[in-house]
Amino acid sequence: MSREPAKGAVVPPPAPGSPGPEAHVMVGSADMFVNWSRKSSLWYLLFATACCGIELMQTGASRYDLDRFGAVFRASPRQSDLMIVAGTVTHKMAERLKRLYDQMPDPKFVISMGSCANTGGPFYKDSYCVVKGVDLLVPVDVYVPGCPPRPEALIDGILQLQKIIEKTRNFAKKV
Amino acid sequence: MSEESKSPVLRKLLDTFGDAVVSTHSDFGDDTALVRREKVVEVCAFLRDDPDCLFDFAMDLTGVDYLGETPRFEVVYHLYSLEKKHRVRIKVRLHEDDPTIDSAVSVWPGIDWYEREAFDMYGIVFRGHPNLKRILMYEGFVGHPLRKDYPKTKRQPTVGPKD
Repeated sequence: MSREPAKGAVVPPPAPGSPGPEAHVMVGSADMFVNWSRKSSLWYLLFATACCGIELMQTGASRYDLDRFGAVFRASPRQSDLMIVAGTVTHKMAERLKRLYDQMPDPKFVISMGSCANTGGPFYKDSYCVVKGVDLLVPVDVYVPGCPPRPEALIDGILQLQKIIEKTRNFAKKV
Repeated sequence: MSEESKSPVLRKLLDTFGDAVVSTHSDFGDDTALVRREKVVEVCAFLRDDPDCLFDFAMDLTGVDYLGETPRFEVVYHLYSLEKKHRVRIKVRLHEDDPTIDSAVSVWPGIDWYEREAFDMYGIVFRGHPNLKRILMYEGFVGHPLRKDYPKTKRQPTVGPKD
């Protein structure tokens, strides 16, 4: 294995006479392995509603390179794990956004990116057509503030989401 | 403004249509003609075809709401000639109780979506339009949001997926 072992994994020292350091054995909980794979392959839906989408593209492009975290865009909701709501959501788009969210397979996560998606932003007070926060439509895991957020902020949002996924219990009994 | 200093396009309009042109002005160099509602399609077709006008490009169509005035609404056509490189504005006033006007889609097919936008935002009905339905707001939206008496704090329910 060339990658770093998952957080919390126990890597025993190589046994005497073993083939070498490439043949490590990893011991961990089933939750840990599932969460490790989930957090390391967050495919996000290629979906942007306003100018935050430009920053989203920049985050995915070569300079900030979101692929480093296993997050690549996917053009189909049926094969994505993460919806990054990048920008203003109008009431007309709300129907489509909800439909896209419903088409994503579980487990699915939502990052609300930017002021418009968080609260309605500059359209909060006097707009007849803008939804006042995307959390009125879909459950949001991470809110990224900014207008628009810089790519670093969005990357931090994805790292925060990875932390949330790490703590998820899939098999173990909830206490 | 004296009759002599009128621009050639406005002179031509006045000579051809006479009473159908209510008033003209060229404030700030923008030639503008206020036209009677019944004649607007004729005026548009003339402006497109006349060899001295050749307004082949309908750049924009907007509605205006002069709340409190009579007539209340106004439709503004912004025309440009790619051939002659000149512009003109045609304005039509509409009464509140009958905000209908003939569609100019037969003159410029590209004016289709502008007329739908004016219908969506102001409730101006374009007679003879091939597909007059909302273009920006969702179906199920009640009212016309750019009318000055539309309450800006009014919230309408988000319409969910239909199926």
